[in-house]
Amino acid sequence: MSSAVERFDNEARQKFESMGQTTVYRGELLRHPVYTRVLHWSVALFFFLALFTGFGIYLPWLFRWFMPIFGGGPLSREMHPWFGLAFVFFFSLQALNWLQPMLWTAADSRWMRNIKKIVSNEEKMDPPDTGFFNAGQKVQFWEIVGGCIVYLITGIVLWAGARTFGRIPVAISYVIHDISALIMLGGIFVHIYLSTIGEPGTFQGMIRGAVSEAWAWTFHPAWYKQVTGRDPVQACEEARRRLDSKQ
Amino acid sequence: MADRKTLQADQISGHTGPAPGYGMQRDFEVCKLIDTTTCIGCKACEVACVEWNDMPFSVTTFDNTYQTMPETRWNFWNLIKFNEHQNTDGTIQWLMRKDQCMHCADPGCLAACPADGAIVKYANGIVDFNQENCIGCEFCVSGCPFDIPRFNPMTKKVYKCTLCSDRVGQGLEPACIKACPTGCLKFGSKEDMKFIAGERAKQLKDNFGWQNAGVYDPQSIGGTHVIYVLHDATDPERYGGLPKDPQIPWSYTVWKWLFKPVLGTFALFGFLGVLLHYVTTGPRVAQPEPPKKEGSNV
Repeated sequence: MSSAVERFDNEARQKFESMGQTTVYRGELLRHPVYTRVLHWSVALFFFLALFTGFGIYLPWLFRWFMPIFGGGPLSREMHPWFGLAFVFFFSLQALNWLQPMLWTAADSRWMRNIKKIVSNEEKMDPPDTGFFNAGQKVQFWEIVGGCIVYLITGIVLWAGARTFGRIPVAISYVIHDISALIMLGGIFVHIYLSTIGEPGTFQGMIRGAVSEAWAWTFHPAWYKQVTGRDPVQACEEARRRLDSKQ
Repeated sequence: MADRKTLQADQISGHTGPAPGYGMQRDFEVCKLIDTTTCIGCKACEVACVEWNDMPFSVTTFDNTYQTMPETRWNFWNLIKFNEHQNTDGTIQWLMRKDQCMHCADPGCLAACPADGAIVKYANGIVDFNQENCIGCEFCVSGCPFDIPRFNPMTKKVYKCTLCSDRVGQGLEPACIKACPTGCLKFGSKEDMKFIAGERAKQLKDNFGWQNAGVYDPQSIGGTHVIYVLHDATDPERYGGLPKDPQIPWSYTVWKWLFKPVLGTFALFGFLGVLLHYVTTGPRVAQPEPPKKEGSNV
C-alpha cells in the first residue's frame, strides 16, 4: 500500500518537475518541489472558492452583497459542492504527497508541550528535533484531513438532500458541516499569518520552492541537519560570528 | 382590506334580519378545510391549481392508480393521493386525499431557511415562498414534515402551494376551492372551518358509524391552515404522507439564530489572535537576526 503511494507520488513529482522548475540559489535549500506547490495553490484556490460561496449559504442575510461575485445566491449554492469536491480532491493528493513527513513523532509531543515558549518567542529557534514539519503544522494538516472526511460525508447528505437521506440526517449534517468549516476558517488565519508576516521567509518556500538556510536551521533544525549534514545550532553560531566580524 | 371592511353593510333600511354579506370580511386567520369523506377524486382542484398558477404542461407517470403522478412537483402543487387501505375486518377503504402545503402555524420550512425574506408567513396564516430571495439550498425540504417544497433544477429555486395568496389578498377563495364540485373543499376563517370540521366529524360519528372520525389539525406544529376531516383521525398515515405527530427539529432555530452568528464571530477571533500576536510579540525571524541599523528602533 505505502509503496504504491510512494510510486504514485514519485511519478507525479517527476512529471511536475519536468513541467516547472525550482531555482535554489547559494545559501538556500529546496523546500517544496513543483508538484507540492501546484497542489498547495490548487487546494488554496478551491478552499477559498468553497469558503466564499459557503458564506452565502451560511449567512445569506449577511453576505448578500457579496454573492453577485459568484452570480448570485442560487449559483453560489450550485457551485459550492463542486468547489468543495475539487478542494477535497486536490487536498487528498497533497495528503498522499505529505503522508510520510506528517506522521506524528515523539518530538512533536515535546514540541507541543513547549508551544508556549515558541509562540511567545521566548525561544528564538525551534527545538533541535523539529523536522520537515513542526507539530503545529501537523495538527493543522490532520485537522484538514478530518475536515475533508466530514465535509465529504455531510456534504453529500446536504447535496442529495432530505428527499434522499431523510430530514434528520440533513438537519444534523448541516450543523456538523458548518462547525467543520468554522474550525478551518479559524485555522486559515493562523496558517496565512505564520506563512507570511508571522515567520518571514516562509512564503517563498511555497512560491519559489526554496528557503534560506538560516530559515531552515531556525524553524526546522532537524530537517536542516538531515539535508545538509551540518549541526543547526553550530551553523547558526557560525553565521552569527560571521555577522559580528563583518561589523 | 381595511376600507373593504368599512364599506360593509351593517344595517339596511326596510330590511329585516342581518344585512346580507355582513361579517363576511374578517381579519381572522384563513383556513382551507378538506373533507376527505366527501372527496370524489375528480381532480378539478388539480386542474384549477395548474390553470390559475399558469404552470407549464408536464408529462405524468402512470403507476396503475388513479393518481395523476406519484408525488407533487415544483410545477404541480396540488395532487389527489389515492390510497387503498384494508381494514381489520377485511373491507377496503379507497381513500382520496388532496395533498398540498399545509400552511403550518409554526412552519418548519421557515425555521430551516437561512435566506433573508425567502419564506414569509402572513398574518392570515399563509406561508409563501419569495423565489427572488431563495438561494436554492433546499434546507426547507428537510424542515418540512409534509415533504412539500420542490426544487426546480432549471431556476435552482424552490416552489410550493401559495394557498393562492394572490387571490386571497384580493378577497377571493383559492382556485382549488372554486373548482371543487362536491363542496368537500371549504375556505374561510380558521375558527369557522374548525367548527364546520368538528360538526362534520360529529355527524360521521353519530350517523355513519365512523367511531374514530375526527379533524386533522396537528397541534405539535401549532395547528395548520389546511385542515382535514378524516374517517379515522387516529391513523392519518393511511392517507399517505400525513404524519400523526409532525415535528420541526429545534436545532434549526437554535443553530440559525444563536450559534451561527456567535460561532462565526469566534472564527474571526482567529484573525484577531494573529493580529494581536503580531503587534504584541512580533514575528519570529530566522536566526541570527541581521544587525539593527543605526537610529532604527525596529
